[in-house]
Amino acid sequence: MKTVIDNYIRKEMFPNIWCPGCGNGIVLGAIIRAIDELKWDKNKIVAVSGIGCSSRITGYVDFCTMNTTHGRALPFATGIKMANHDLKVIVVMGDGDCSAIGGNHFIHAARRNIDLTAIVINNMIYGMTGGQYSPLTPTDKFGSTAPYGNIDQSFDLVELAITAGASYVARGTVYNPRQSTSLIKRALNKKGFSVVEVISDCPVSYGKMNKMKSPVDMLKWIKDIAVSKKVWEGLSPDEKKGKYAIGEFLSKDRPDYSELYEEIIKKAQKMGGNE
Amino acid sequence: MNQKKISEVYQNNSVKISVRREWCKSCGICIEFCPKDVLVPDDQGKPIPENIDACIKCGLCELRCPDFAITVEGVDKKDE
Repeated sequence: MKTVIDNYIRKEMFPNIWCPGCGNGIVLGAIIRAIDELKWDKNKIVAVSGIGCSSRITGYVDFCTMNTTHGRALPFATGIKMANHDLKVIVVMGDGDCSAIGGNHFIHAARRNIDLTAIVINNMIYGMTGGQYSPLTPTDKFGSTAPYGNIDQSFDLVELAITAGASYVARGTVYNPRQSTSLIKRALNKKGFSVVEVISDCPVSYGKMNKMKSPVDMLKWIKDIAVSKKVWEGLSPDEKKGKYAIGEFLSKDRPDYSELYEEIIKKAQKMGGNE
Repeated sequence: MNQKKISEVYQNNSVKISVRREWCKSCGICIEFCPKDVLVPDDQGKPIPENIDACIKCGLCELRCPDFAITVEGVDKKDE
């Protein structure tokens, strides 16, 4: 048995450490299939992650990889991209890593439009540390730190990324792996800051506390809450409650940070007479 | 069934389904969401393509497997 996946993974690390049915593996598969379709050179790809279950992804892929501190994957990736503009830099984050601990880095990476692809695996909870609610846990859902239901309003990561200035924003789910693969592929191809949020399942932490104990129950739930962008637009505010629009939300062109940085170097050299 | 085998291969004249039993964690996703009910669980909850003749090679089991433990390949009849 030899698959396209085998060409891109560190096989000695398998079976992976994730719980049975964890969506992280499905997203990993989507990322690898997208890269395979693009025929990118493995040695020119850098995968950067922070801390969390999803951040284990960098241990499994046979690219240049870096596992950094909690929430700081984007700053490390920014450094890599600024040092060598030719590298393709992919950042894999969980919902807590991206929107809480690294929330500030996320909005500023989008504002600067630095040429990175951020893949946010949103399982709506801190799975690794025991199910604490995150900024992406929906209102009224349960977590170990919200035993009576979450009163917070969650971020809409898609709207946050668009408002902050990203060039490409999309949302997929692990129930729709084919769509997620094509969204990731488009994001990787995009110059500038691109974000793909993938709604994922955590049967062990999120599922257990929200009456979905099996991976199958969780995937059925994801199927129900995810609606295509077209259908979403026709829904009333009440119908939209608890649902997520999926698809591509933004794809625009504006100069990316490395490009502007090169220009400013030229300008400074000209002004300093060192041209 | 020999549990030590790395992968079990099931084949008819149009499709080959391989299950990497060592990597499979019996989550049941492939079995539940197969549109043609090709897969059934064995005593460990791992998939066996009992109805392999119904397989339409959509590949959804492979795409949704979090453990890269199942693959579906078309069989080229010319090779046989």
